Amino acid sequence: MTEANTADINSASLEKSPTGINGLDEITDGGLPKGRPTLIAGSAGSGKTLISMQFLAQGALKYDEPGVFVAFEENAKELTTNFASLGIDLNDLTARKKILIDYIYIDSSEIEETGEYDLEGLFIRLGSAIDSIGAKRVVLDTIEVLFAGFKNYAILRSELRRLFRYLKSKGVTAIVTGERGDNTLTRFGLEEYVADCVILLDNRMEQQIATRRMRIVKYRGSKHGTNEYPFLIEEDGISVLPITSLGLEHIATKERISSGIKRLDNMLDGKGYFRGSSILISGTAGSGKTSFAANFVDAACRRNERCVYFAFEESPSQISRNMSSIGIDFNSWINAGLLQIHSSRPMAYGLEMHLLDMRKIIDKFQPENVIIDPISNLTNVGTENDVKFMLTRLIDYLKIKGITTLSTSLMDNEADGQAGQGISSLMDTWIRLRMFEEGDERNRGLSVVKSRGMAHSNQIREYLITDQGIKLKDVYLGQTGGLLMGSIRAAEEAREKAETLVQQQENERRKRELEKRLRSLDTQIAALRSEFETDENELNRIIGEEELRREAADKGRTDMARLRKADSLLKGS
Amino acid sequence: MDEGDETVQSGTEPGENSYILRLYVAGQTRKSLAAFANLKKICEEHLQGRYKIEVVDLLEKPQLAKGDQILAIPTLVRQLPPPLKKIIGDLSNTEKVLVGLDLRPANQND
Repeated sequence: MTEANTADINSASLEKSPTGINGLDEITDGGLPKGRPTLIAGSAGSGKTLISMQFLAQGALKYDEPGVFVAFEENAKELTTNFASLGIDLNDLTARKKILIDYIYIDSSEIEETGEYDLEGLFIRLGSAIDSIGAKRVVLDTIEVLFAGFKNYAILRSELRRLFRYLKSKGVTAIVTGERGDNTLTRFGLEEYVADCVILLDNRMEQQIATRRMRIVKYRGSKHGTNEYPFLIEEDGISVLPITSLGLEHIATKERISSGIKRLDNMLDGKGYFRGSSILISGTAGSGKTSFAANFVDAACRRNERCVYFAFEESPSQISRNMSSIGIDFNSWINAGLLQIHSSRPMAYGLEMHLLDMRKIIDKFQPENVIIDPISNLTNVGTENDVKFMLTRLIDYLKIKGITTLSTSLMDNEADGQAGQGISSLMDTWIRLRMFEEGDERNRGLSVVKSRGMAHSNQIREYLITDQGIKLKDVYLGQTGGLLMGSIRAAEEAREKAETLVQQQENERRKRELEKRLRSLDTQIAALRSEFETDENELNRIIGEEELRREAADKGRTDMARLRKADSLLKGS
Repeated sequence: MDEGDETVQSGTEPGENSYILRLYVAGQTRKSLAAFANLKKICEEHLQGRYKIEVVDLLEKPQLAKGDQILAIPTLVRQLPPPLKKIIGDLSNTEKVLVGLDLRPANQND
């Protein structure tokens, strides 16, 4: 054990053998410890054999590391059949000498023990198997069967210790599986021998729903995720869901697509949603969530894009019928091959199966848009955390594929901001629909709670569900500044209209009055002007006469002065 | 054990009720040598003239380990008469070997 520690320090970072299993390499920070044994413990049916076989198959196919599978429980034929359904062709792999399956059968009733023995036969078999295909990976599934076959546990335990040393000396990366014990990790304490890496698998029932989980109990010399991670057994094998390390590497486009409602697009920076983003529309019953989704689908199909509609409340024909009442014809889009509606009851099967199904449909149809209506119904299928894990995985999967996802979420009551909050962090755009009760009626209002990456409107807008889809109304503010809706808004609208009319008439009247006054002033001005001209002429005439008179007088004076030889005249000249 | 994986045979040709025994060993270890010696002694005492012992050294023929599902060494396999029987260990407990080979009850009945 101290040896292992020093080795770790010396080689700075431990060499890893990648499992190639979705997610497992992430939580183990690169894979299983290379050249060392790893223990995978779990109860019956928890997926031990599957993980082990996938480790070998991935090694053989992806990393050019042949593997030996020592089966103590199933023979090669059974294994081949079982794994064919998971896409692992063992016949092919064994024929190409990529995988060697060695079935070891032990029947204690045939065996009598007398005196000392060892398990050299097992070592020889293992050795020749490893050497025959140059194996780098070995699985022993499950070695505990030995405890049923041999009665001398003292010999067995010392031989097991020797076996793990032998595997290390062979330099193979090994997986040893073990059945879960009551108070110990494994029934026969295999964890005693495997010091490097221990992974625990679990298949728990919670609220009548089974969820598989995985936990790394220890991993000497390496950092690793410490949580319990749910994992799925899908048709291409196991995938582990570490929420923190999910692929947040999708490329965000700047392309914008319409919500199908022009004025809602206006609220969203004038352009609508981002392509490839996730949109949540939450609201209480009857708030028109499905109608919003339908408007979006309609707009997408008009752009000649494919849509998949996952309905968890209504049947395809029911949705089509209901949406035709708001002027949206789903049937024609279905016939055009642009729309698929898949309905299923959430409780029909577990969350894993739902997601698997959805992925299959998406992979096959390759849609640009996906509707989940409502996503909140899936939360009935598992505990809150599980659902969050699974939905995160689904939404990330869709984002990586660049698919725009519109989900609806049912809220129990108006005040409940909680609903959808669990998943709202996954969503890029969150539109909240609310019912406002005032003046004996219920009116619908929407607000954009958030919309990442765009300057969105923060106003609550009233909307109507009409036979031409959803229509957003103008904003009316009452005396107190509150939003007016429904008939109150209509009354306000009418009142304003009447007021405008009165105002208009008043203005007309005043205009006429003023015009009249102006006209009379004009006449007065003309009269005054002629009076002015007359007076002016008279004035000029008087001035002219005055001047003539003065000139004559001046002339008389000068003549007299000349006659009298006045000195004033001489000086002046 | 000079015989290697040779066949050790009693004087006469094995007949209808003869025993064909195969002893799997891995090299000439102390346990293997003891097992062979013990086996030979028991056969001489109880099966004289109607037994055949094959010794298989898995170090030389590892592929043979698969056929009889050999894990423990040494393992004695009774191939005939049926059913197949396996006795593991150095065969030091003669009583147990006789029971294992179905010789004890047969002798008692005689």
